[in-house]
Amino acid sequence: MGGKSRRDFLKLAGLAGAGLVAAPALAVAGSSTAGPNDEELGMLYDATRCVGCKACMAACKRVNGDYNALAYEQAQFDPDKLWDAPEDLTGSTRTIIKLFKESPKEWSYVKYSCMHCQKPSCVSVCPVAAMVKDKITGIVDYKKNACIGCRYCQVACAYNIPKFQWDKALPQIVKCDLCKNTFLKSNGTSACADVCPTSAILFGKRKELLTEAKKRLTEHPKQYVNHIYGEHELGGTNHLYLAALPIKTLGLPELQKDAPAEFSEKIQHTIYKGFIAPVALYGTLCFIAIRNMKKQEPDDQNKGDQPHEP
Amino acid sequence: MTRTRGINRMSHDEFQVHRAKILTPSFWVLLTLTLIGFALIAVRFIWGIGAVSNMNDGYPWGIWITYDVATGTAIACGGYAVAILVYIRNKMHYHPLIRSAVLTSLFGYGLAGLSVMVDVGRPWNAYNFFIPSQWQINSAMFEVALCVMAYTTVLAIEFLPAVLSRLQQTNWNSARAFLDKHHGRFGLDTEIILAKFEKLRQWALWVQPKLDKVLIFIIVLGITLPTMHQSSLGSLMLIASTKLHPLWHTGFLPLLFLINCLFIGYSIAILESIISSYAFKRPFESEQLTGLASITPYLTTIWLSVMVGDLIWRGQLGNALSLDFYSGFFLLEFGLVASGSIILLFRRNRQSMRWLFVTAVLIVLGGALYRFNVYLIGFNPGQGWRYFPSLAELMITVGIVAFEILAYKVLVKLFPVLPRLHGHEEPTAVKA
Repeated sequence: MGGKSRRDFLKLAGLAGAGLVAAPALAVAGSSTAGPNDEELGMLYDATRCVGCKACMAACKRVNGDYNALAYEQAQFDPDKLWDAPEDLTGSTRTIIKLFKESPKEWSYVKYSCMHCQKPSCVSVCPVAAMVKDKITGIVDYKKNACIGCRYCQVACAYNIPKFQWDKALPQIVKCDLCKNTFLKSNGTSACADVCPTSAILFGKRKELLTEAKKRLTEHPKQYVNHIYGEHELGGTNHLYLAALPIKTLGLPELQKDAPAEFSEKIQHTIYKGFIAPVALYGTLCFIAIRNMKKQEPDDQNKGDQPHEP
Repeated sequence: MTRTRGINRMSHDEFQVHRAKILTPSFWVLLTLTLIGFALIAVRFIWGIGAVSNMNDGYPWGIWITYDVATGTAIACGGYAVAILVYIRNKMHYHPLIRSAVLTSLFGYGLAGLSVMVDVGRPWNAYNFFIPSQWQINSAMFEVALCVMAYTTVLAIEFLPAVLSRLQQTNWNSARAFLDKHHGRFGLDTEIILAKFEKLRQWALWVQPKLDKVLIFIIVLGITLPTMHQSSLGSLMLIASTKLHPLWHTGFLPLLFLINCLFIGYSIAILESIISSYAFKRPFESEQLTGLASITPYLTTIWLSVMVGDLIWRGQLGNALSLDFYSGFFLLEFGLVASGSIILLFRRNRQSMRWLFVTAVLIVLGGALYRFNVYLIGFNPGQGWRYFPSLAELMITVGIVAFEILAYKVLVKLFPVLPRLHGHEEPTAVKA
């Protein structure tokens, strides 16, 4: 697995040129306690640049449709099936553009897709390692051939990103993988970033995206709310947002800095450290039970019908 | 060896086959419900989960996980709770209760496993649980899944002595009658088949002492595994810190789930015993039930104290008493368990079958509501998401529960499961 992802990375780095020079010394993702790994790949979505053309949605479905068995979605107003009109992220839609209207003059587009967390809950909870975070690129990927479809990733994700194909007999979980399995291999970028006519979506290393976002905030402070969404949320995400409206009005949750997976794993690891506690429990119980059984023997020999309280 | 002979002899003496008609009216009602449920399961596998269920991307876990798995396995903890009492706390006079408790546990867990296979979207990949490279030890779900599978196997082995002793005692009368009636019709030779049956009987005689020798280690495994996975059922929701209401989201979830399954376990053992005594027209096991009922208040007191202490510590007590939607369900769960426990504090109530029944119902409902609160009612994935189970979804759960009761009713009439009645000697002619 490590070798494969490294090969992918090198190939990718070669393709992407200057922005993605391989950095072997930093290649291994730090442990979760080390803070965000800014060498990972991500995207910066600038809502103020987005014109809502939805070319990204079309490109995403075109590129990933076969890989994820994505269908075109029919809206109720559209009996002739003229549009692909998803209402939300669904089992057929990995990214979506929405328009939020505060007032006739105040509005903003917003793009939803996987946040590619630094410490993803979905990866932490998946029982069969079907959600995996690439050690080098940081891409959170879904392995459909391992997935049992338990949907624990959906329960765990604070952003409600993974979607399930409810209407299929052979369903999958669907979520953005930064085109890791499709477009990225041959083009060194994600399909949505590639097709975006206004560069509202930037693809690159988190480090560069953060620098760019900070630059925009200092150069045009009036244009933005002074908040890079994803910089610190739940331990940081590789998908970052800039917007003119508070993030909550764009339908993204306000979140704490700590990753929920840190909390749950700490408790689970405390209980099951080295599997000592369960083995000790079993040993102790065996000892007690066998001792009880031996004590029982003399009584048992002349066991009357009267039960007795010891 | 004497130790193991002890268990063996006890099991022969203590349990008996309940001799009654199998095809009762309730059998047919339960069978109908079972068949409806299984037909809907077929629909689910042909047209997808969305065809029968109201689950959605906001509420990816619905009634199947919440009831069949999270709550059903707690209700199936009778075997666990009684085993602790008998083998660890050495109260052997509860031993007569154990087989029916183990049998209901076996069904509870087996059918929770079945529900999971209905619920998961890609069950054909479940073999990944047995492939070490796919193991994901950070996942509470991984731990729950392996433990539940292991425990179901353990329960089946624990129930095996009942089957074996039945095999040893039977003389295949009904099989003989059946074969005689259809002699030659299916190309069956009565004698050859009976010889095979006899071989099976010999095998049962041979294997029983060997099983008895290791049984205690299996039984103790059957106490260790639920301790692990019942707490992990609580750990499952630790991750949902942004979705589960703060009344229920706490680091104490594993501990609360563990204690919760214990008091549900004892209460359900009381209920099972009272209901089967009533349904099968047998005398009540009053002495044992009074004893069991004196244990639950201790457990519920610890449970309620941990819960309240934790709420105070996290500054959520005001939230709990705010009387909004969540507070209402919290207070209901709390009130059910507390009221049942308070009634049980009085010795007189513990000796009354009526009060034992009422309090066990209160405590089981309260304990189960807690699990519903954690998995469903207190779970809020964000604006715009709503979930209430569809009729088809409910009927699948009803079908699975009906199958559980149906199989219990049939098996107690085939195998020595229920406690032996003293003083009411049954006719010895075995009509198999």
